Amino acid sequence: MNYRGPYRVRADHKPYPEIQHPNDAIVRVTRSCICGSDLHLYHGLVPDTRVGMTFGHEFIGIVEAIGSSVEKLKVGDNVLVPFNISCGSCAFCRQELYGNCHESNPSATAVGGIFGYSHTAGGYDGGQAEFVRVPYADVGPTIIPADMDPDDAVLLTDVVPTGYQAAEMGGIQKGDTVVVFGAGPVGIMAARCAWLFGAGRVIIIDHIDYRLEFAKNYAKCEAYNFRSLEDPVLFLKKTTDWLGADVCIDAVGCEAAGNTLQTITGRKLLLQAGSATALHWAINSVKKGGIVSIVGVYGPTDNLIPIGNVVNKGLTIRANQASVKRLLPRLIDHVQSGRLNPKGIITHRVPLEEVSDAYHIFSSKIDNCIKTILIPPSARN
Amino acid sequence: MENEIIEKKESLEDINSDIVGWGVDADPENDPTYPMKKRTNEEHQGYSWDRPPQQPINIEILHSNERPNVSATFGTSSPLSGVSGEIRRYAFKYSENDNRHWLGLLLADRVNVVEGIVDDLSKGHIPNYFAERGWKAGMKHHPEEIVKKILVTALVTTVVVSWFFSSSGSKKPKLGKLLKR
Repeated sequence: MNYRGPYRVRADHKPYPEIQHPNDAIVRVTRSCICGSDLHLYHGLVPDTRVGMTFGHEFIGIVEAIGSSVEKLKVGDNVLVPFNISCGSCAFCRQELYGNCHESNPSATAVGGIFGYSHTAGGYDGGQAEFVRVPYADVGPTIIPADMDPDDAVLLTDVVPTGYQAAEMGGIQKGDTVVVFGAGPVGIMAARCAWLFGAGRVIIIDHIDYRLEFAKNYAKCEAYNFRSLEDPVLFLKKTTDWLGADVCIDAVGCEAAGNTLQTITGRKLLLQAGSATALHWAINSVKKGGIVSIVGVYGPTDNLIPIGNVVNKGLTIRANQASVKRLLPRLIDHVQSGRLNPKGIITHRVPLEEVSDAYHIFSSKIDNCIKTILIPPSARN
Repeated sequence: MENEIIEKKESLEDINSDIVGWGVDADPENDPTYPMKKRTNEEHQGYSWDRPPQQPINIEILHSNERPNVSATFGTSSPLSGVSGEIRRYAFKYSENDNRHWLGLLLADRVNVVEGIVDDLSKGHIPNYFAERGWKAGMKHHPEEIVKKILVTALVTTVVVSWFFSSSGSKKPKLGKLLKR
């Protein structure tokens, strides 16, 4: 995959990646996904997204080569690779903040290294490729259990941990009402995981009918189209006995629809770091003393949000990139025991060579697309 | 009162009995007033941990001026080049706190797109806009949208080109005259 500019990508030949650090591995990709956050790159919203880059931070594969200091992996291992690149030894990794590593991204201190996510996230080529360089091979990559379906495994690299952590950060208590903004893959997974924490009621809000229908069936939650509501915040207040939800989760991020001012200033004119409509609604829909959990991706500059309401309502805002490595043992157990069914959200399987079409379908939200998997030629044979 | 609470808890589990795994990760100790981390306070010691070995720096790597060094590993996708590279170098003079940093990088990205087209052409590759935008899939699933995009693009291009060549008072040749030459 080769990025050529906003809304333009193509399949291309690039040189075979090299071992550049003693703890590197080279992985032959067997599955990769297009993530909703890849669309922010695809739409040209993330600064320092350079032409020629390969996206893709959700992938699994087989270890092809290892650096001289790699001890925990061997050639031939079948691994899933967390989307965060983490060294395991900095102060933040040692506190299990693997999404906040300080030794994997020279370009920005606010974010750790992420595969295929612009130079702002370290400048690493990603996994929408046949081969990929994986730094800190002893830290992130996890051997896939022999009985695990590879389609489940690839979704454990990002979408499941991010959805799970969104619910976890909500501090959900038994009986809580949880509202999830965004019925994309992460939002759907967050809604599903909210039940694991004992939510009493889970509501999902979006404006794409087929996604709402999917969420209702997959996550067993209530689903509402905000286009059919005069005011989604007012609706949520009414339906929660006029107090608001206990927990609101922003699983949309910088490309939210629903507010013209936010859309024009955030998505069209780039005067703010994307459209913050979902976060705005989350803050206004949660009850006093409630919790807003943010996993939606925003740009690095500023956003228009009602910060005064955060203060006056005494809200707690919790946010982070998912700490995939911390969560993996629990999530693997959930998958193996049947409590979570990640592969159930996959709707499209596309040959890697047709990556341009895959991005168009996902970006345009057509063909009932929820989650797309790209399969390289070598994994199809 | 206590009985009511117990009854409510039981009914919650009953209500959600069809949801596989309901409540298995419920954690009353999950205090939402603190980030999700295993607190060690190690960062109180400053930037003092044993760093991993440094990846050899064989190409120019721009690092944030909010850190003293290049991180132990880094990506080498798309090294700096051309005008966009100059703009990026300029942007990195400013901190992540400064809009000149981020807006400079966004400007560089747009310039880089033009450089990419020039690079393609210099290698004898004519970019296939139709294919790169995934319009083959678009024509299959929402042809009316694609046709609309093509027509709008053609219209805007025609207006801009016509205006450029026929703007009043300019000494530039009119489009008609240019085409006759």
